[in-house]
Amino acid sequence: MTGSTPKADLSQESIDALVAAALAGFAEATTTAELKQARLAHSGDRSPLALANRAIGTLPGTERKDAGQRIGTARAQVAAALAEREAAVGAAELAARLAGERIDVTLPVELVPEGAPHPITSLIELMSDVFTSMGWEIAEGPEAEGEWLNFDALNIGPDHPARGTTDTLFVEPLENHIVLRTHTSPVQARSMLTRDLPIYIVCPGKVYRADEFDATHVPVFHQIEGLCIDKGISLANLKGTLDHLAKAMFGQDIETRMRPHYFPFTEPSAEVDLKCFVCHGASVGNPEAPCRTCKSQGWIEWGGCGVVNPRVLIACGIDPEVYSGFAFGMGIERTLMFRNNAADMRDMVEGDVRFSRSLKGLAR
Amino acid sequence: MRAPLHWLAEHVELPAELTGRELGEVLIRAGLEVETVDEVGADVTGPIVVGQILAFVAEPQANGKTIRWVQVDVGAEHNQPHEDYPQGCRSVVCGADNFAVGDLVVVALPGSVLAGGFAISARKTYGHLSDGMICAEDELGIGTDHSGIIVLPTELADGSVLAPGDDPAEYLLLRDDVLDIDVSPDIGYCLSIRGLARETAQNLGCAFTDVVDRATPAAKADGYPVVLADPACPLFVALSVSGIDPSQPTPRWLARRLVMAGMRSISLAVDITNYVMLETGQPLHAYDASLLQGPIVVRKAKPGETLVTLDDQKRTLDPDDLLITDDTGPIGLAGVMGGESTELRETSTDVLIEAANFDPTTISRTLRRHNLPSEASKRFHRGVDPNAAYSAAHLAARLLEELAGGTLWSAETVAGAVPQPPTQAIASDLPTRILGLEVPADRVAEILSASGCQVSRAGDQLSLVPPTWRPDLRDPYDYVEEVGRKVGLDKLPSVLPAAPAGRGLTREQRAHRAVGRAAVAAGFVEVLTFPFAAEEDLDRMAVSPEDPRRSLVRLANPLAGTAPYLRTSILPALFASVARNTSRGNDDLAIFETGSVFRAGSGQPAPLLAVTQRPSVEELAAIEAALPVQPRHFAAVLCGSWRRPGWAGAGEAAGWQQVFALVDALGAAVGVPVTRLAAAEAPWHPGRCAAVVVAGEVIGHAGELHPSVVVEFGLPERSAAVEIDLDRLVALAPHGGTIAPVSGHPVAKEDVAVVVPDAVSVGEVQRALAAGAGELLESISLFDLYTGGQVPDGHRSLAFALRFRAPDRTLTDAETAAARQRAVAAAAKLGAVLRDF
Repeated sequence: MTGSTPKADLSQESIDALVAAALAGFAEATTTAELKQARLAHSGDRSPLALANRAIGTLPGTERKDAGQRIGTARAQVAAALAEREAAVGAAELAARLAGERIDVTLPVELVPEGAPHPITSLIELMSDVFTSMGWEIAEGPEAEGEWLNFDALNIGPDHPARGTTDTLFVEPLENHIVLRTHTSPVQARSMLTRDLPIYIVCPGKVYRADEFDATHVPVFHQIEGLCIDKGISLANLKGTLDHLAKAMFGQDIETRMRPHYFPFTEPSAEVDLKCFVCHGASVGNPEAPCRTCKSQGWIEWGGCGVVNPRVLIACGIDPEVYSGFAFGMGIERTLMFRNNAADMRDMVEGDVRFSRSLKGLAR
Repeated sequence: MRAPLHWLAEHVELPAELTGRELGEVLIRAGLEVETVDEVGADVTGPIVVGQILAFVAEPQANGKTIRWVQVDVGAEHNQPHEDYPQGCRSVVCGADNFAVGDLVVVALPGSVLAGGFAISARKTYGHLSDGMICAEDELGIGTDHSGIIVLPTELADGSVLAPGDDPAEYLLLRDDVLDIDVSPDIGYCLSIRGLARETAQNLGCAFTDVVDRATPAAKADGYPVVLADPACPLFVALSVSGIDPSQPTPRWLARRLVMAGMRSISLAVDITNYVMLETGQPLHAYDASLLQGPIVVRKAKPGETLVTLDDQKRTLDPDDLLITDDTGPIGLAGVMGGESTELRETSTDVLIEAANFDPTTISRTLRRHNLPSEASKRFHRGVDPNAAYSAAHLAARLLEELAGGTLWSAETVAGAVPQPPTQAIASDLPTRILGLEVPADRVAEILSASGCQVSRAGDQLSLVPPTWRPDLRDPYDYVEEVGRKVGLDKLPSVLPAAPAGRGLTREQRAHRAVGRAAVAAGFVEVLTFPFAAEEDLDRMAVSPEDPRRSLVRLANPLAGTAPYLRTSILPALFASVARNTSRGNDDLAIFETGSVFRAGSGQPAPLLAVTQRPSVEELAAIEAALPVQPRHFAAVLCGSWRRPGWAGAGEAAGWQQVFALVDALGAAVGVPVTRLAAAEAPWHPGRCAAVVVAGEVIGHAGELHPSVVVEFGLPERSAAVEIDLDRLVALAPHGGTIAPVSGHPVAKEDVAVVVPDAVSVGEVQRALAAGAGELLESISLFDLYTGGQVPDGHRSLAFALRFRAPDRTLTDAETAAARQRAVAAAAKLGAVLRDF
């Protein structure tokens, strides 16, 4: 075979022609496949340049060095051109692929259907978190509760009107003295009976009243109550706590007011009002611009509070000479109405998924 | 309590320009719940003037009525020229006929607006141009009388006279601000003008005149005989007024005040007792003295006694009811309502006035027992100043003399005595400590004195005797509250207390949150429903009679007769919620709820314990033992499409797969593996129901709902549901947990395909393979399930991917093969045959 090899033409002209043909071949190739063909043709083992390289050995010794240099330079030139072209073709092909794979990023997609917690749950968690972050703890208790814990222990005596069947739901028979708790206060009583002092707790939960069912009343609703029993606790501490909670719930600008009131459980007692978010008090005495939110009162009632009545401390085995405390409570539904403009309480209990989804899982 | 400002002003020197609204603000801050301030009569605007009838002509009309064409002098400013009258006049058509020439009347001239927005203009009627209107009470909004027009007196009580053109508003009490106050149970004394005036005076710092200005004399029995036979009536004052003229009308000012205060005018004598009650807070009762027989005895009822009350209702009395009686038997429910037999008649001329004091608790029980809220019971059940009785009786007697021409007997009866209020000592710094605001001892003493207390200081102690009208001042903290009210709670500093370091949420609370969040993350929407239930719901779910869900707790006074029980399952309410949602076009649903369910407890009563000391552990345990069992459940229902058909594909129906996946997710949320075992439980499809098992314990069920249940509750076909005991899930979840080192050694993968009889579940095979494979097994999962072809009938081919890994070394082929072999051998015991095709 070797013997039949024709004498190679390794002249400069001839090598330059091969290089030129290679560069032209590469340039013509526009795809990786074409470039592969061109590579095989111009720089593969059977390419003229490879053959020329192999033919160097057939030259007389004096010519070999020059021929070797010429061919080496030519091959390097071809290899560089090939690499360059490969990069260019690769990049163009990638660009074409990416362009071809464009998607409509606005297509509707979903991981799972849109779940949502109930806004009441979210709000309970939010309010609870405000307190746990201050070192308070969350206490819970049963909804069907002993009448003693729901009333007597809280200084609500046997003749208090709220203990009647018109206000309170009783488990049958009445003589068994089991009620559906009318507030979460029995959890406070339970806490005082079982926890170590001092006590800093909040009790969120479901409560029941034999109430009408309309836009602003539901017979089953949720409350959060707080109880603090420690040495040296005063009404000023209650005010500080309520102010903090109000700011956490409604923002730094909220104004609160404590208004003397009466509750058997606390003495002194007060109701806590919020400055109307809607009219900020501008509707008071101004029939031209009445406010439906506060009924032109300027303030809206948020909850009840006060200093824990020493009679309650005694019933729960705490020495009122050493300890004092405060308690407060407010409706979660009411808070939601104020905070997130929920207009109709009935929506909260009818189970329409659109209501649950309306806050998108956040008590914003 | 509705309090007109002008009435208050008789008892307290109000600042001249003070409006009702301003006073309302002051009283609100002092703790009185001022609900509204009504600007009574503000809608009636002038010109409304006094007019004098100059002449009239009666003109019968075709419609049968007779109108009067009236010339009326309305004063120089408003008169129009008239040829017959030099001073001029107005000509008005009037439908009434209760007036004569010379009478003074009230004329609304064109431009005025009467009650209800009725605008007056000159208008043609009955053939005349009527240039105004002569007013009746109702048109001015000062009463309901429309029987005739108002005829004004020629001379007023103070001797002054009204003249044509004068403004009659003041005489008519046309306009005033009326404060409507919701009086809380502790401050019964504010159910009176007297009490509100006192609060007003104290809060504004102005002078107060007490209408109760007679000291109660020692007991005397000179007048009508009265016997107090029960301690629930400590005091009974009886005054006799004879010879009243029953035809005398109630004067306008008195009737107007009653109406402004929210009461009706009935007859002069009754109006007087009501008026004095509103003013003093002391309810009075007026008997027709001629109908009384024998001495009045105040006693408790005897079994079987009855009484016909003023409202004509025959009431069967309870032995706890306190009664006013005479020789004929009961004549009144003390402090609640009088009896029909001795009430004042239209002809009564001799009156016995009762001004008594009754025990609040007794009255409270009677009023609730008979459901008889009355003006009297409203006051007595809060507590009435016993010292007001004597003065109030005399106020009423004086009015009966002045207005009805009666004569008060000098012989009077005072049975019993004013109870002495209890003395209480408090540390003088107690208000400062409890309020958290420095209130010096002098200031405390000053405030309490102003509130009517007798205050004496001894060192650091204040000895206090409350006034008779303040039964709420009893405990030391009651006095702290009084000081707080008077100082103003808005003066308190705002001081956040420093709680000791807390422990955050409990494990259970964290778990409850985690479960809720897992359900939400899995695509479920939380809803809240009422926890009331109907027994029929259980029937419709085909719950068997012995099922624990039949262990229902019934309410004594359910909100709705159709749902008298507490729920033992959350599902029926969720079904109703699904139905409501689908009816509103929300078709694809995945909803859940967590909450208590209730199962009947021991049936023992929960004891009512003493409140004077901490109950014993045993007593508290007795309460606990009596309560219903109240586990917290988690339940979910889903239906419709889980994934709707869309651009990306055919969609996926919601069903048992998702509830199973949800159960797994809930377990994962609290770190516990959940297994499912085939089960047949209502309300599920018997072939598509899984018992949810955690740590070997069944904590609930999940699966597709029974087709009959789907129909019963109107649910979409193939709806699926789950209900588990969340408390058990959380309790069975591991505490803490350890983190194993993550092995960096390579995994060895082995596939195993076995043919098993249909009766053998995937779960069983998988558990057997896993158990056989041993601890080198890292994970196992089913990747193929195949029937037909070469698989014999009644069998399935199951293919599992097993991954093996050792924590400390690279497994050899031999180790892996051996483990695989053991796995297959273990499965073989279930009848699993290694597939050889």
